[in-house]
Amino acid sequence: MTDQDELDGILAAHAGREGALLPILHDVQAAFGHVSESAVRQIAQALNLTRAEVHGVVSFYHDFREEPESRPVLKLCRAESCQARGVEALAAALPENPRVKVETVYCLGLCSVGPAAMVGHEVHGRLDAARLGALVESLA
Amino acid sequence: MTVVRISDDAAALACGANAVAAAFLKAGCTVERVSSWGMHWLEPLAEIDGPNGKIGFGPLNPEDVASVLAGTSDKAIGTIAEHPFIARQQRFTFARAGKTRPLSLEDYAATGGWAGLKRARELGPDATIAEVTTSGLRGRGGAGFPAGIKWTTVAKAAGPVKYIVCNADEGDSATFADRMVMEGDPFMLIEGMAIAGHAVGAGKGYIYVRSEYPHAIAKLNAAIALAVPRIAPFEVEVRVGAGAYVCGEETSLLNSLEGKRGEVRAKPPLPALEGLFGKPTVVNNVLTLAAVPWILANGGAAYAEVGFGRSRGTMPIQLAGNVKHGGLFEVGFGVTLGELVFDIGGGTATGRPVRAVQVGGPLGAYHPPADFHLPFDYEAFSSADGLIGHAGLTVFDETADMSAQARFAMSFCAAESCGKCTPCRIGSTRGVELIDRIRARSGRQADKVEALPQMHNARKAPRTLAEDVTLLEDLCETMKFGSLCALGGFTPYPVLSALKHWPEDFGLAAPEQEAAE
Repeated sequence: MTDQDELDGILAAHAGREGALLPILHDVQAAFGHVSESAVRQIAQALNLTRAEVHGVVSFYHDFREEPESRPVLKLCRAESCQARGVEALAAALPENPRVKVETVYCLGLCSVGPAAMVGHEVHGRLDAARLGALVESLA
Repeated sequence: MTVVRISDDAAALACGANAVAAAFLKAGCTVERVSSWGMHWLEPLAEIDGPNGKIGFGPLNPEDVASVLAGTSDKAIGTIAEHPFIARQQRFTFARAGKTRPLSLEDYAATGGWAGLKRARELGPDATIAEVTTSGLRGRGGAGFPAGIKWTTVAKAAGPVKYIVCNADEGDSATFADRMVMEGDPFMLIEGMAIAGHAVGAGKGYIYVRSEYPHAIAKLNAAIALAVPRIAPFEVEVRVGAGAYVCGEETSLLNSLEGKRGEVRAKPPLPALEGLFGKPTVVNNVLTLAAVPWILANGGAAYAEVGFGRSRGTMPIQLAGNVKHGGLFEVGFGVTLGELVFDIGGGTATGRPVRAVQVGGPLGAYHPPADFHLPFDYEAFSSADGLIGHAGLTVFDETADMSAQARFAMSFCAAESCGKCTPCRIGSTRGVELIDRIRARSGRQADKVEALPQMHNARKAPRTLAEDVTLLEDLCETMKFGSLCALGGFTPYPVLSALKHWPEDFGLAAPEQEAAE
């Protein structure tokens, strides 16, 4: 199946749905890793929206990427509860690894077992410098 | 064969529950994955049926399994239900926590499930709303608006199409009760929505869940598929957010559900009259809707018997941050902040003295130990310049730098502002700059434009620290009263409370010691 078939399939699957744009963007991002300009064009066409409207939505939400990200992503929670449990010191001491992207996220709902991080759908709690370092290494 | 119950809640998974479960399986046990008791410092927590009843063990590593099964483990905590942390609670919403398998219709029905929906259908819509009104249930998302009044407004609104929207965009730090309901007892939430739909005449419900909760999304989707025949003709669908904190605000959430940018709408019109797609809509928090089945099954009066002042019923309080016994504590309103932090939470995890407790997430005030007499009640906290919000508590020890926390509040607001109103969009950025200057004690020199000869009215002297602080207070005032929604409107709470209680962190004179009582 080509990328075009896949995109057509996603658009067809959501045809006629109430408020379909976010579900479509989630599916497109899951399939292609990002929402490309050509995808924006075709989504706009399918939903009878302007490209500007679709672009406005893509750029509003932190989850959607306009450029592909080839590295594995580790989402590190840096909200208040994880701060109280020392995440800022962990983040400052974390060695830079060019093969892993460490993103900040505000709250994973693991506030009683922080500092916490998420990779894909896998959650990690009670991180210390050694465990976080090992986690990053395991992704590289 | 030995039966072992281990939670599959995300907090347990984050602590390695899957590896522990696998080790029990390998040792020949039958493993049941249940919801979490909410004693997160003990996760992964296993409950084992033995000759002396059900005994809990935690926190476990896979290496502990052999000693647990041999009866020699030093991690036994006795009967979980009798543990002081559980025994002190009044669990209405979390009555099944730790006991049932989240996706088992059998377990749900055996523990009183669907009784509320059955009774609501017998009573009819008007009497159902009357029960909710009698219960005194107030919106658990933070605003505390009476649920019965909201439902009445929607029920009386004209139109054939109405919606129930469940706000599950739980973005506040220190809150995880919504997540625990969705992962641990999804049928209860679905039942609550079906009751709401029956009461106001809505045929369709949406649960808007944040994308940071993949486990909750999976559980809800599976539970909805199983519950379809029970709730028909009412339908429920899960919609996934996309990482915008502001979408927890109800009008922004509605825009997001419609497939738009999550920008806040001006009110009025109220969502109850013109909500999702312009139709009358009930927007309630997960905990509000999850409290409804209990209220219908046991009666609104029974729920109203518990509580404090105008805050009726129970509140699932979440203890988080630097606290020894972190987790979920559901209790009637009126418990004091000090009891929560010390008696129940056990003080800080690091063992250092408590410096501050933030109540109500990133938009809640920081409270010093001098506020620990405050009873947990909407009105008591607002009279102390705070809010209870979604009832999350973040405990900080003495190493916390409160001016840094104030700066974080502003930078969080800047990162998450939807951009619709100026006080929030611009004010938060200026607030970060201002707090940076205060922290650096750098004062502010005239900029290029101000130095121009034409600008003869501009001041030439740098601003002093005291003037910068006054300006910060002024900025907070503008944000508080000029913002469209709670994001810009409540960001001043953490900032001003930090400034008021810990001025020494901002380079000002420390407050005079209060006279000894």
